[in-house]
Amino acid sequence: MTSIAKPAVRHPGLKRNALGFTMRDYEGAMSTLCAGCGHDSVTAALVQACFELALPPHRAAKMSGIGCSSKTTAYFMRQSHGFNSVHGRMPSVTSGASAANRDLTYIGISGDGDSLSIGLGQLCHAIRRNVRMLYVIDNNGVYGLTKGQFSASADIGSTSKKGEANVQPPIDPVLLALTLGATFVARGFSGDKAQLIPILKAGLSHNGLALVDIISPCVTFNDHDGSTKSYKFTREHEVEISAADFVPLRREITVPDTTEAISTITMHDGSVVRFRKTHDSYDPTDRAAAYAHVRACQQRNEVATGLLFLDEGGLDMHAVAKTVPTPLVDLTYKQLCPGNSALQALMEKYR
Amino acid sequence: MSGINDFAFKMATVNGTGSASANSLLMQAIFRMGIPVTGKNIFPSNIQGLPTFYEIRVSKDGYTARPQQVDLVVALNPSTYAKDVASVTPGGYLLYDSSWPLEPELVREGITILGIPFGKMCVDTFQGDRNRTLLRNIVYAGALAALLKIDMDIVGQLLVEKFSKKKALLDFNNTAIRLGYDYAKTNYTCPLSFHLERMDETSGSIIIDGNAAAALGAVYAGATVGAWYPITPSTSLMEAFGAFCRKFRTDADTGLAKYCIIQAEDELSAAGITIGAGWAGARAFTNTSGPGISLMQEFIGLAYYTEIPAVFYDIQRTGPSTGMPTRTQQADLFSLAYASHGDTKHIVLFPCNPEECFYMSVTAFDLADRFQTPVFVASDLDIGMNDWMCKRLQWDDDHTWNRGKCLSANDLESIKKFSRYLDADGDGIAARSLPGVHGNGAYFVRGSGHDKHAMYTEDSDAYQEVVDRLARKHRLAATVVPAPEIHTTPGADIGIVSLGGCHAAVVEAIDRLRDAGIIADYMRIKAFPFDAPVRAFLDSHAVTFVVEQNRDAQLRAMLAIETGKPRDEMIPVLDYGGMPLTAAVVVNAVTSHRNTSTFAVSS
Repeated sequence: MTSIAKPAVRHPGLKRNALGFTMRDYEGAMSTLCAGCGHDSVTAALVQACFELALPPHRAAKMSGIGCSSKTTAYFMRQSHGFNSVHGRMPSVTSGASAANRDLTYIGISGDGDSLSIGLGQLCHAIRRNVRMLYVIDNNGVYGLTKGQFSASADIGSTSKKGEANVQPPIDPVLLALTLGATFVARGFSGDKAQLIPILKAGLSHNGLALVDIISPCVTFNDHDGSTKSYKFTREHEVEISAADFVPLRREITVPDTTEAISTITMHDGSVVRFRKTHDSYDPTDRAAAYAHVRACQQRNEVATGLLFLDEGGLDMHAVAKTVPTPLVDLTYKQLCPGNSALQALMEKYR
Repeated sequence: MSGINDFAFKMATVNGTGSASANSLLMQAIFRMGIPVTGKNIFPSNIQGLPTFYEIRVSKDGYTARPQQVDLVVALNPSTYAKDVASVTPGGYLLYDSSWPLEPELVREGITILGIPFGKMCVDTFQGDRNRTLLRNIVYAGALAALLKIDMDIVGQLLVEKFSKKKALLDFNNTAIRLGYDYAKTNYTCPLSFHLERMDETSGSIIIDGNAAAALGAVYAGATVGAWYPITPSTSLMEAFGAFCRKFRTDADTGLAKYCIIQAEDELSAAGITIGAGWAGARAFTNTSGPGISLMQEFIGLAYYTEIPAVFYDIQRTGPSTGMPTRTQQADLFSLAYASHGDTKHIVLFPCNPEECFYMSVTAFDLADRFQTPVFVASDLDIGMNDWMCKRLQWDDDHTWNRGKCLSANDLESIKKFSRYLDADGDGIAARSLPGVHGNGAYFVRGSGHDKHAMYTEDSDAYQEVVDRLARKHRLAATVVPAPEIHTTPGADIGIVSLGGCHAAVVEAIDRLRDAGIIADYMRIKAFPFDAPVRAFLDSHAVTFVVEQNRDAQLRAMLAIETGKPRDEMIPVLDYGGMPLTAAVVVNAVTSHRNTSTFAVSS
């Protein structure tokens, strides 16, 4: 993972957020991905989402595995710790980090190879544990770093750059997450930043695992005519099921001047997600309906995007484990060591 | 040979029929009589229906190794009659269930056969198959109490403690104990020639298994995150950690937990959780056995190279592959010391009994933090799951944890440029920063090639600078890890080197060898890497035996690799059939070598 430092040039007129940071403060090293890579657009959306949320950079941790997507954790928030772990294992490392320090904002960046092949089990079990994290899958249907093999999300019939057609059925992380009981499921498109940013912001505020599958075309190996993960295909087949707007707690909530039906969901921390339904009858709080809708879109050769499902009532890992509100890393040795008198009392049971 | 407070007996039963509680009742009663006692549970990898054995050794001299012979066998499993009868020492006893005619297989010259109708008495006295089956074990415990002169007041007291809340069960058990006791008293001369007499040799001791002791050590070390995947024989470690945490780490006001235990989907994930928690600043551990260690290899390399503290307990079992899951071995030495691909080497601790499992747990967490690296505690099934008599555990309330070089927010506030892998002090250990503390401490953990600033590199010099420092750090660790325990006698004939669970048998063997006129010095390896005293011991003995429980003489190979001592100058003594080591194996190896070679023996 090559990292090139960016020159720290600041324009005096740059807008500042509630913490006094500019957008540049949320950037990282220069990307070394191919020019036009969808992942860089995702990074840009993340930078803007974190800036707008006024997330303190040092209280965030960027977690990743191995692959093109996992490299991108170096390209935003240079003042945040980053953990580029081993292939497919980001979810377990994040689970452990969250167990130790529940107060940090965990941003996991993974890809379709990292999460749907080698790390599929880890993804599933992180969802089951409902670890409080944003879990982004930069999904391009292809292994980029090893030069163009199909991944587990490649559609049947989608062709590689050499023209070979994929024959195995794809794993759809959105359907998978809905089945496993995920409490926040969304899909975006790297080419649609306006839709993506509110989703990322909502995901960052979610009290549990927020899975965001992002179709993010690979310009080098999977952006040709036969591919179903190309810019062209995604633009032509994307169907926005729900348009979301995210209102952080500190901002005043105003009802937008619109005649469209708006529904709102209050997040755990008091922030609000507003939905504008672009499809009649779509209810993002109904898991079965969400599943059916995504499947129906698929059968029509459409890619359903938007915030597809949200349940703010689910228990996260710490609620299930009934851990103290203080992060475990902040407990002192005195709080943790029972001492000799307790030990001697215990010893009587071993006699 | 066998005599007062110096004998062994064995129960041969079918697993899943409730014999375990009767066996531990016997062991605990003997312990409370003040007599040193050891129990070895030789159990199958099965839930119900296969042969299981429990050996109890009584030793007034305090030997705790597996007995070399059994003086009395309780044979209650027809499928193993032949072997059970054969295992009785000449002149010993066989106790069988005479509810049925004596099977021809059970007849043997030179031993005394005692029949007691355990099954018939239970059928006549108790209702229901379940009670009759379970209580048959208590009946044989009663018979043994009479034959071996176990204090019935103590037995009665133990039953009260166990069943104080279950009056009906208490009555059944008291009845069952008396059935066996009275039958033996009425029909046989009690006690037998070898039997028990009260002593006062256990007042400062406890009976505990190594997994419970290790878990307790983790609590006292301040571990807060435990991740695991169930695997025999390590499972009981995390179960014990959970039980101790519920007792000691539940917030009195809120009932909330000051710990987090995650049962992961597999051992890879358990390792990842442990490393993630260690990176975030918690003291974290995982416990597993051989197959789990194999699965964790990639993560171990990541933690080594990125310098993240983590403690791994390996409760070794018989390999390779699935091996014999309920049998013991010390065959993971290579796969721990050099775990993962690339140039890696690790700190490994070798506790020899449950008492050391407790103290070495605390040491392991301190070493992991200080050296910012994975630390392995290499226990085994015999230590981990068997009940050992050992010294009562003590705690120094002045002890505090050593978190190593860990920068605070104040430290980081004044730092201009933080370089995660910069060796500022020249000891090979760089200071680390934890996420969430300060923006100046932010860095990027990567398993890919990195320089001392934690930046990605493909530059040979920058890469080598980091891995060379890791080697320096490892060399420093050799001087800090627990030093070997060395016992020398001027003019000794031979040296014996061993480790871990072999210790009890080796100590006993050295006494027996002395009886036979062979003086042996002894070095017990307590940790890897090895420091200078290890090589010095090897050099100071012309004949050295290395005693270990694996086929390939792994400890001997590591001694050769790490100290430069020629491998063939060390004589391997290998016992790898899966049973706890007996002193006889060591004695026989040394004496047979004397018979075929030239080492001088003092007269």
